[in-house]
Amino acid sequence: MGVEGIGARVVRKEDRRFITGQGRYVDDIKMVGMSYAHFIRSPHAHAKVKGLDSAEAMKMPGVIAVLTGQQLVDDKVGNLICGWAITSKDGSPMKMGAWPAMAPETVRFVGQAVAVVIAETRNQAKDAAEAVVVNYEELPAVPDIAAAIKPGAPQLHPEAPGNVVYDWHLGDEAAVKDAFSKAANVVTLDLTNNRLVPNAMEPRAAIAHYDQADEHYTLYTTSQNPHVARLVLSAFYNIAPENKLRVIAPDVGGGFGSKIYIYPEEMVALWASKKVNRPVKWTGDRSEAFLTDAHGRDHVSKAEMAFDKDNKILGLRVKTHANFGAYMSLFSSAVPTYLYATLLSGQYVIPAIYAEVMGVYTNTTPVDAYRGAGRPEASYLIERMMETAARQLKVDPTELRKKNFINQFPYQTPVIMAYDIGDFHASIDAAMKAIDYAGFPARKAKAKADGKLRGIGISCYIEACGIAPSKAVGSLGAGVGLWESAEIRVNPVGTIEVLTGSHSHGQGHETTFCQIIAERLGVPLSQVSIIHGDTDKVQFGMGTYGSRSLAVGGTAIVKAMEKVEAKARKIAAHALEASESDIVIENGEFKVTGTDKSIALPMVALAAYTAHNLPDGMEPGLKETAFYDPTNFTFPAGAYICELEVDPTTGKTSFVNFVAADDFGRLINPMIVEGQVHGGLAQGIGQALLEGAVYDGSGQLVTASFMDYTMPRADDLPSFQLSHTTTLCPGNPLGVKGCGEAGAIGASAAVINAITDAIGNNKLEMPATPDRVWHAIHG
Amino acid sequence: MSTVKLTVNGRAVSVDVEDRTLLVHVLRENLNLTGTHVGCDTSQCGACVVHVDGRAVKSCTMLAGQAAGSNVTTIEGLAKGDELHPMQAAFRDNHGLQCGYCTPGMIMSAVDIVHRHGGNLDEETVRHELEGNICRCTGYHNIVKAVLDAAGRMKVAQAAE
Repeated sequence: MGVEGIGARVVRKEDRRFITGQGRYVDDIKMVGMSYAHFIRSPHAHAKVKGLDSAEAMKMPGVIAVLTGQQLVDDKVGNLICGWAITSKDGSPMKMGAWPAMAPETVRFVGQAVAVVIAETRNQAKDAAEAVVVNYEELPAVPDIAAAIKPGAPQLHPEAPGNVVYDWHLGDEAAVKDAFSKAANVVTLDLTNNRLVPNAMEPRAAIAHYDQADEHYTLYTTSQNPHVARLVLSAFYNIAPENKLRVIAPDVGGGFGSKIYIYPEEMVALWASKKVNRPVKWTGDRSEAFLTDAHGRDHVSKAEMAFDKDNKILGLRVKTHANFGAYMSLFSSAVPTYLYATLLSGQYVIPAIYAEVMGVYTNTTPVDAYRGAGRPEASYLIERMMETAARQLKVDPTELRKKNFINQFPYQTPVIMAYDIGDFHASIDAAMKAIDYAGFPARKAKAKADGKLRGIGISCYIEACGIAPSKAVGSLGAGVGLWESAEIRVNPVGTIEVLTGSHSHGQGHETTFCQIIAERLGVPLSQVSIIHGDTDKVQFGMGTYGSRSLAVGGTAIVKAMEKVEAKARKIAAHALEASESDIVIENGEFKVTGTDKSIALPMVALAAYTAHNLPDGMEPGLKETAFYDPTNFTFPAGAYICELEVDPTTGKTSFVNFVAADDFGRLINPMIVEGQVHGGLAQGIGQALLEGAVYDGSGQLVTASFMDYTMPRADDLPSFQLSHTTTLCPGNPLGVKGCGEAGAIGASAAVINAITDAIGNNKLEMPATPDRVWHAIHG
Repeated sequence: MSTVKLTVNGRAVSVDVEDRTLLVHVLRENLNLTGTHVGCDTSQCGACVVHVDGRAVKSCTMLAGQAAGSNVTTIEGLAKGDELHPMQAAFRDNHGLQCGYCTPGMIMSAVDIVHRHGGNLDEETVRHELEGNICRCTGYHNIVKAVLDAAGRMKVAQAAE
């Protein structure tokens, strides 16, 4: 390891601009002649749009246009798509209703746009929006899963009878039935995985510019995957052909999944920019974020686990209902199916698994992937089940887990996934040591003497990152490939530009990716730049989500580097009159091994571009590209243990300790990895204790601001105690697995297991607010 | 419309704005100081914190007119030329930021916290004091570390002056 290479805790290259206020987010950008958009949104969860009168608004100062959903239809702008096709157990394709970017006829959730005002200033657009009169005829609304599947429930889409999008299954039903018939013990559990609002701190925003001379559009957008945005805007929404559309995602203030999707506002801004022939800026406010950013989770599940007389697991049966909201968002269909049921084996040998998942429409904001996306729901279910089982079987929860851990790799689960490598004993042992598990009973007794209920909770998660290979996900219904691309440009003076299809919105790619180059070439980080987020610069990319950037995007960089190095070696060998096989790369120099002959990288680069003395037949230049498609998912795993105290008089939970032992394979920058874990843990703990989107019976989101939806704050969280165990991922040359989502996947079960342990009552739903905990204690 | 005169980062400025204009919009829209961010619409998140006459203020909660005659410092005015403020350096050195969106407000609040508490800061106090600033990326762990680190650095810097 060099001081800046793989494994070094290098401070981030990108930080200086952020800490000095020089970050460049979408709303920071201004264009000459820019106008402002403000959307008119439905106040009703379900209604017919009977009429829209913009006459008064058009007379107001600064108003340029009021555009409606009908005009979008007239201009043949496409409806929003869902990019993953799921087939129901009866063989029928999933049933989807149309989602227009602005509703011409029917609104199906509070906040759905019906029209947009374009004006000279933001305030003028807002003022005029107040003057637009929309005449609605209210319809009965379906606010949640129970209401959606009730016989006679109001119907959202004629295409989806009974509000059912699909009724899907995975696994072997007969084998599970057989397993349960042989069971010595059966443990059952009913669970709700609460609906969350992602709440990246930067609200979504878009600036669209139509250049009449070139018939060319430019879109600045808060996106995790600008290339996918361009693809979808071109191929499905008929905005413009790809060669006439540039999408730029500059600095983006967090995503957590919510900025994967191509939302109505970007589409409308692009379309409107041509209509009014002005650049159009839209910046969402937090209230719009609550109502229109794709929400996460929202599952209701019933689970049963069968054990033999030795407490070995025989089988698992799960029935889950997933709430999709009013429309099928871009990857929503995959979340409760291939990103959820495929992880239901957890870290355990479970010979038979059968999962049924019914996805339903409700009159709520669309739901899609949010940090973890399906894997937190699976992990929460399995890990609460293991804890519940340990209590019912009267065995130590760590012993029950260890007894059932998978020990042999690769391991084929009954639900598609083939785990490549892991060491689950190592991580649970590390976590138990860190928290002094053996000393817990004494600490619990001492707390009891002080009038506090102390509990300890374990969560052993496994997840799947870097979804791939493309052929496999295609066979499961994905509409896109899940590879990544990279381009390495070694400039004539020896500086290096790495162009990646991954997108950094907090992950620190500008540092981590440079460290990979520094490790290989021995050049300082300052000599390397990362370029991303602009479809005019980067050849293509699938973006950043699913903890894929390093395992997939980083490997694409390695593949491109291998090509660059191969060519550079030839040039160096030619210049040094040595054999190519004798060239080694060290400290930015190409050396002839065993001699003092060497040539520095800048001289090799210069030779490549002057082309005065290249090997015969070699093309000039030193620039290579790679498209990398992985052979398998990666499988990060770990053990989290939470120790906490509950005050029985108030129901308030206080953390004593939270330890995490993760196996992410090789760490490129441990400092950044730890930061990712901290943030993930905060979101998992937020789900467990604080966060929950609440709709009332009429479909109004009553938690639609930071005053009503409890975001974790500094004094809600503990400092975390992290450690790492390592099994190198055999699937990629870096040996990396992905670390972005683990905390959010594993934390919630640890917290709830600890509280239920403390209070001696297993019936507790998230978020475990003091009120809920108090009632769980006192009835 | 009114003319509002104020001093921002040591520079006297005069802007003509609607009376309903918030200080944060003057900074961002009129003065192009886009380091100050807007993360919510209920004065909860603290991404917009600046210093007005030396005190931390949520600039989304103050009308521009209320700031007339005041001395405003934004994140852009915190460093001395190329020399980072100790709080900025501590955020970088402790990996106290990820996406960077909450960071300017976080740093401005943190500087104010250290000014008010002097060297008498512990983790619990820092966590309590940061209640008005929301970060979605870091879990606050490294932000708390950064503030405590900076408190020490600022003490040393003060002693040196």
